[in-house]
Amino acid sequence: MSERVYQLEVLRYHPETDSEPHFQRYSVSCEEEWVVLDALNRIKETIDPTLSYRWSCHMAVCGSCGMMINGEPMLACKSFLRDYQGVIRVEPLAHFPIERDLVTVIDDFMDKFKRVKPYLIPKHEKPVSEGEYLQSPAQLKKFKQYTMCINCMLCYAACPEYGLIPKFLGPAAISMAHRYNQDSRDGGRDERQEEIATTEGVWECSFVGACSEVCPEHVDPASALQQVKIKSTVDWYKEHLMPWVKK
Amino acid sequence: MGEKMSRKPYVREVPKYSWFFRRPRYMRYMAREVTCIFIGAYTLLLLVGVMRLSQGQAEYEAFLAALRSPVSVVFHLLALGFSVYNTATWFNVTPKALPVQIGEEFLPGGVITGAHYLGWAVLSLAVLLMAGVF
Ligand code: FES
Repeated sequence: MSERVYQLEVLRYHPETDSEPHFQRYSVSCEEEWVVLDALNRIKETIDPTLSYRWSCHMAVCGSCGMMINGEPMLACKSFLRDYQGVIRVEPLAHFPIERDLVTVIDDFMDKFKRVKPYLIPKHEKPVSEGEYLQSPAQLKKFKQYTMCINCMLCYAACPEYGLIPKFLGPAAISMAHRYNQDSRDGGRDERQEEIATTEGVWECSFVGACSEVCPEHVDPASALQQVKIKSTVDWYKEHLMPWVKK
Repeated sequence: MGEKMSRKPYVREVPKYSWFFRRPRYMRYMAREVTCIFIGAYTLLLLVGVMRLSQGQAEYEAFLAALRSPVSVVFHLLALGFSVYNTATWFNVTPKALPVQIGEEFLPGGVITGAHYLGWAVLSLAVLLMAGVF
């Protein structure tokens, strides 16, 4: 294992003293197989204990270390130093207000996430004594990819629609609604449609596709949103042209 | 220690008219969106043609003559190029919007995209046949 000096330019913001963020350059010795999160930890431990950022698992599971690395939304624990040349620019996730340094305010996402009811709403409530809600492998496969979301919010940082129109429910929340809507055990689609089949919901999406390109778990949120659009359109036609057909 | 914590979240504005210059993927998106203007323009041209046809033979022949002018030829080449680009970018993402699950597995995306290209080719051939090209 060999160490090398890396240059990191980190956006700093201290609400107590700063009126706006500014970049601070750090030269830090790191092992070559380290990730950007390791470099930040080394800075915090040996150079500047005031540097603030979120992380927990260090293995692309918890979704808390999302930040902009050279302008691209990335998980800091999945971004290898060896993949970058020159100065590495680290900024807080775009489109979210900065709380402090690399820590963003994520209340907006949390609220939106709650609004889409991201949990199973069984078609028929039944007592435990009646056994499990069964599901075939094919039924599971139908939505499995959407269960991989770790709520890291990289898709919100990539989505220009969310940046321009913060009311937009956004990729992860709508994908999660789609995940439950596609679940054979679920009966909550009508409730979720109230939130997602709206202008602020899926119709704000213009299919830039950036969400899917940056998703570290290959959830492909853009696919969920386009499918929601098609299903919502079919709903509309059924309701207006064939009111006798049940949804 | 002892330093008081305070909250003053800092909001970074997104530049309203220049955000798409920020990343190549945004530029690609804009290219897809902008090329549809040529499809719209060509549709208008077709409508003008139908209108001229309804006005009589002389008007229609004047319209056809105008189509042969260099400006018109350049416009047609541009419109064709941009329409192909627009169509291809949309066809290539159809597997996302229209996944087909058979049994447990999903059909490979290439099949869904390919079906779109095939449909496009068949329709284009039909149009060319009707136009008496062959
Ligand atoms: S620290 Fe958990 S995802 Fe990076």
